[in-house]
Amino acid sequence: MTKLYRITMIVVLIAMAISMTSCGAKPESTEKSVKVLAMQQAGPTPEEMNEIVAKFNESNPGIKVNIDYVSYDALHDKIATSMATNPPAYDVILVDDIWYAEFAKNGYLWDVTSKISKETKDSIFAAAWDITTVNGVTYGMPWLLDEKYFFYNEKMLADAGIAAPPKTWEELEAQSLILKEKGIVEYPIVWSWAQAETAICDFVALLYGNGGRFTDENGKPAFNEAAGVETLQWMVDSIDKGIVNPASISYVEEDVRNTFSQGKAAFAINWLYMYELAAINTDESQVVGQVKMSLIPAFEGNAAPSSSINGSMGFSVVDKSPNREEAWKYVEFLTSEEIQREYSAHLPPVWSGNYEGEALNELMALNESNPVTVPMFKEQFPYSHVRPKVPYYAEGSKALQLALQEALTKSKTPQQALDDAAAKWIELAK
Amino acid sequence: MRKLLTLRQQEERDGFWMLLPAIGVFGVISVLPILFTLVLSFTDTPLSNPTPQNFVGLKNFLAFINSKDFWASIWRTFYFTSVSVGLELILGLGIALLIHSKPFGWQFLRASLIIPWAVPTIVNGAIWRWIYNADYGALNGLLYSLGIIEKYQAWLTKPFLAMNLVIVADVWHSVPFIALILQAALATIPREIEEASMIDGASVWQRFVHIRLQLLRPAILVALVVRTVEAFRVFDIIYVITQGGPAFGTVTISYLTYLESFTYGHLGSGSALSFLISAITLMLALIYIRILYRPEVQK
Repeated sequence: MTKLYRITMIVVLIAMAISMTSCGAKPESTEKSVKVLAMQQAGPTPEEMNEIVAKFNESNPGIKVNIDYVSYDALHDKIATSMATNPPAYDVILVDDIWYAEFAKNGYLWDVTSKISKETKDSIFAAAWDITTVNGVTYGMPWLLDEKYFFYNEKMLADAGIAAPPKTWEELEAQSLILKEKGIVEYPIVWSWAQAETAICDFVALLYGNGGRFTDENGKPAFNEAAGVETLQWMVDSIDKGIVNPASISYVEEDVRNTFSQGKAAFAINWLYMYELAAINTDESQVVGQVKMSLIPAFEGNAAPSSSINGSMGFSVVDKSPNREEAWKYVEFLTSEEIQREYSAHLPPVWSGNYEGEALNELMALNESNPVTVPMFKEQFPYSHVRPKVPYYAEGSKALQLALQEALTKSKTPQQALDDAAAKWIELAK
Repeated sequence: MRKLLTLRQQEERDGFWMLLPAIGVFGVISVLPILFTLVLSFTDTPLSNPTPQNFVGLKNFLAFINSKDFWASIWRTFYFTSVSVGLELILGLGIALLIHSKPFGWQFLRASLIIPWAVPTIVNGAIWRWIYNADYGALNGLLYSLGIIEKYQAWLTKPFLAMNLVIVADVWHSVPFIALILQAALATIPREIEEASMIDGASVWQRFVHIRLQLLRPAILVALVVRTVEAFRVFDIIYVITQGGPAFGTVTISYLTYLESFTYGHLGSGSALSFLISAITLMLALIYIRILYRPEVQK
């Protein structure tokens, strides 16, 4: 019996060893694979992305493209963990504006500066190149030009006898009180102030609309200066006054969309994707036909009439990818002028030519929302502000998110909370 | 010359050979990563280059021991664990006793108990996030229609309340586990013992405390150890319901580890935190075993 056991064990061990080594063997195939990590929220739908892959394969039959989607809030950490292996789990990644500095410093991204022709460079908005460029080195193609927009329910305003949407935050406050008094809506505005990046976006839009700034000319935190403290105090007070939905402290963008789409808010701030879903899509919204957009207000006396936050993203090739050339081919195709022209139903193109002549007519005719969103994009984009491009942004942002939440939940004063966050930024910069 | 082995020695040697593949697999997927993490915890290795580098000694551990955020998250984790597991044990025992008394429809009750337990934690978190939603959540709808609240409440905007609501979601998910374990253990208690105690004049309470509870001890130990370790490592349900908010009010020790390791990219200090979690959970398990495990009860 013991001999039989021993023989059996040896056979099992050999079988295991063989199966383990075969795991690492490469399949004998000439087909190259490009694995893409993208986000499912804004931009083209997965169906549209699949159509683009099919078109790419017409001219590149030997390159198999697989796309994984995650939510925006999971994207940074998913990229960071997938880069820890060699070769990394993805060849192409969708990168937010604020992560480029960190990822470039960590060596995740392939330098594509020399691959971009002068013609391409000149045909894309300069502000779009700023997204993918760190210290003069370009690490990818700009793709999604997004910013936050102001949405309002025209019917609610009309019912309250309000003729035009607010141009300043003070006006919004006055209109909100009328809406409340007339019993039209309990909390006129809903924000996404949860402990997530979206709260920073909303704060920055308000901050610059109040003459404030995120950092000073030396890159040191300036959000705790008087304008920042005043802005955060306004956020706290607006909840106390019943103007802002108190649940905003726990809401992200999708909660804002759902609340606004159910007719439980007259005003909302969100990314462009909300327009089609709230204003046109009857499956998703109970306020179809009532939704309008206008410039995000600023505070009275602010130099600019509006202030928004830039939330643009780019596609980059992973530096350690074994298929960098194939991956770059796909990125070039995905972000090309022709593809953006055809698939701009859910994102404004980065190519300036798409906003001129016949291309503009085509863009406007793509769907029901573009006649509203495309002009709105052009109107709002000049007032969009960027967040600092620093390698420690993710950690610094968390500290600022905590500060906003501490002030909103009243465990600290706005001054104290912002000072603590500023101290953390200074420590991180060392 | 070949040494002659006794039957027992032969059995032991064969047993070793038979266990060897399992030991090998366990070593590769469990022991090696633990050792690797231990090495990492003494370095300031970044996530971007995860090969151990820059030995810093005990710096990571000392930094946490001196950190306010660390102790706040430890306190939250202990609160979450004790309240959550305590409630689960009381409710689980109640449900197990109810099923054991075989009321009308007890088979249906036992079968339906498995549903919350079968729901993946992430899905459970998503369900409760919807239930707690301030504008269209079922909790507000229910309480409002019963006249308990005058207007909809923003449940997840106060740190302590948010923590307790996450506990409710966790209890709903995990009570069935304890109930099923205890119900199975109750079924093994011989009827004769209870009948004899009834003849001796023991009251219902005395029978419960001195017979059932005593004989349930090993099952309670298993349920408590498993649930305490799980609750102490809680992460996914918090990630889905509150993302650690509001104002870090639901950041437990595992959530802090996640932030350190993957959001901030500090693999070294993240590893140190994981070791601290392991040490604390091991300590808790030992305390349970010391209090509840009495070999004579099993005889």
